[in-house]
Amino acid sequence: MNILVCISNVPDTTSKINFTDDDSSFDKNGVQFVINPNDEFGLTKAVWMKDSNGANVTVLTVGDINAEATLRKCLAIGADKAIRIDCKALDANSVAKEIVEHCKETRYDLIICGRESIDYNGGLVPGLIAGLLDYNFVTNCVSLDLSKEKATCSREISGGIEISECDIPLVIGAQKGLVEESDLIIPNMRGIMMARQKPLEVLDPKNMNAQAIDKKYFKPKEKAEVKLVKPDELDKLIDLLENEAKVI
Amino acid sequence: MAVLVYAESENNKLKKSALEAVSYGKTLADKIGSKLTCAVTNCSDPIILKDYGADKIINIKNDNLKDFNSKSYSIALKQVIQAENISILILSSSPDSKYLGAHLAGITNGSFISNVIGSPENLNPFTVKRSCFTNKAFSLTELHGDLKILCISTNSFGIIEQSGEGEILDFDAESIISTLKVSNIEKESGQVTIADADIVVSAGRGLKGPENWHLVEELAEVLGAATACSKPVSDMGWRPHSEHVGQTGKPVSSNLYIAIGISGAIQHLAGINSSKVKVVINNDPEAPFFKAADYGIVGDAFEIIPELISKLKSRG
Repeated sequence: MNILVCISNVPDTTSKINFTDDDSSFDKNGVQFVINPNDEFGLTKAVWMKDSNGANVTVLTVGDINAEATLRKCLAIGADKAIRIDCKALDANSVAKEIVEHCKETRYDLIICGRESIDYNGGLVPGLIAGLLDYNFVTNCVSLDLSKEKATCSREISGGIEISECDIPLVIGAQKGLVEESDLIIPNMRGIMMARQKPLEVLDPKNMNAQAIDKKYFKPKEKAEVKLVKPDELDKLIDLLENEAKVI
Repeated sequence: MAVLVYAESENNKLKKSALEAVSYGKTLADKIGSKLTCAVTNCSDPIILKDYGADKIINIKNDNLKDFNSKSYSIALKQVIQAENISILILSSSPDSKYLGAHLAGITNGSFISNVIGSPENLNPFTVKRSCFTNKAFSLTELHGDLKILCISTNSFGIIEQSGEGEILDFDAESIISTLKVSNIEKESGQVTIADADIVVSAGRGLKGPENWHLVEELAEVLGAATACSKPVSDMGWRPHSEHVGQTGKPVSSNLYIAIGISGAIQHLAGINSSKVKVVINNDPEAPFFKAADYGIVGDAFEIIPELISKLKSRG
């Protein structure tokens, strides 16, 4: 069983979001980059599958050399091999197509992506990969059971869970629930040392086109000061919600 | 540039988010100077779309479309897109529509953009505003490609009644095959879901334990709201993961968000920021959530919530 986990290198969840170059690009200055949380749930699941049935786990990112620290962390968590496709991640379309080109050369039984990245929030990459490769696809995936050629997955839907069965190869969009937050693997010293010996392959890009180009970023306007209501004046709150905000 | 809206149904009824997508589509079609085509599946009341601007309503029929399946639905919509020469497809941001949109982009080699929060600023190049960095920022994004697929952020555009021609046509979709079979759906009936709710009542560690959640549920019930919770609450198992809202949980874009005993960590705020009006109830006046709130009460939730419930009930 060959598993590919696609990793997005994203600003830490507590990062201050600022822009530079005349508000045309994200300001990376002083920002700590981490494994996209949705990808990390997927990676942990993949490492479990490696431990339980000997799957081979490859992690892949599309990005410049700065993403390698994140790939090394993935190796320390338990992936066997890392691949970096050496180009700037222009948009979800070009990233997904770079991954697709790689998957045409190396066949994976299971491709795991996060359901979306926490920076650009596109949510496109897993679907695009599945559609272009004509693989089955389950996003918002909260459980996965793989045996030989069959997969059983559950997907979080509005107000519940949908369980489906399908053939592999399969692409999933991972999220919390696939594994729990407390299941995430914190690399130990042995893992970190071993990660240094594991292969990190750098591939040339196929230079796929971007289709969505962010021209300018801006931040939400400063919020007006909160209107405080005293605990014994709840009628006033109801009145404000009803007549000022008009939401009840 | 012909515009198509896929109007999603649930239990044969059009979803509210579908009406918002159709409203958006009509406004866009008017801007372009074209007619609006809508596509529906398993819908018993498609004529309703006429009142939101649908000129042509395509009722897609195929036995394999009874239940939602992103691949089957993508194959069917691709046929409509080709038959109608569509260059822009509008979808809502429901979990199924977002799933469908990304998969369809792969199947049609279209270009896809999610979290769109307004009508295009420009048609050539096609430029839309979208939210990114989990609502901490917005971008103006140019979208290229012959087929553009847009997911409209819930509650960002609103529902606009406008009349269309409302011609209904049946469309037989062909060769709908998927090796993915849905075997079971576990769904709680009768509950308002976070994705569809106008009002969300959410609580955090300030409620002290799962045994106190009846307060949240009762308040939600009087308001017809969905219930939600903060990350620590779901991590501790007080509430199911499906209620966790925030950066790694569900996004919320309701009209009203009431946060009880949630301090307002940056990750939580990111997930709920696109809600229109936020009310914060917290006994700590320094809670960061107050800076992001529209209305706030500093006080004891265990005293405030029961009183609020009884006042709302007596209001009728």
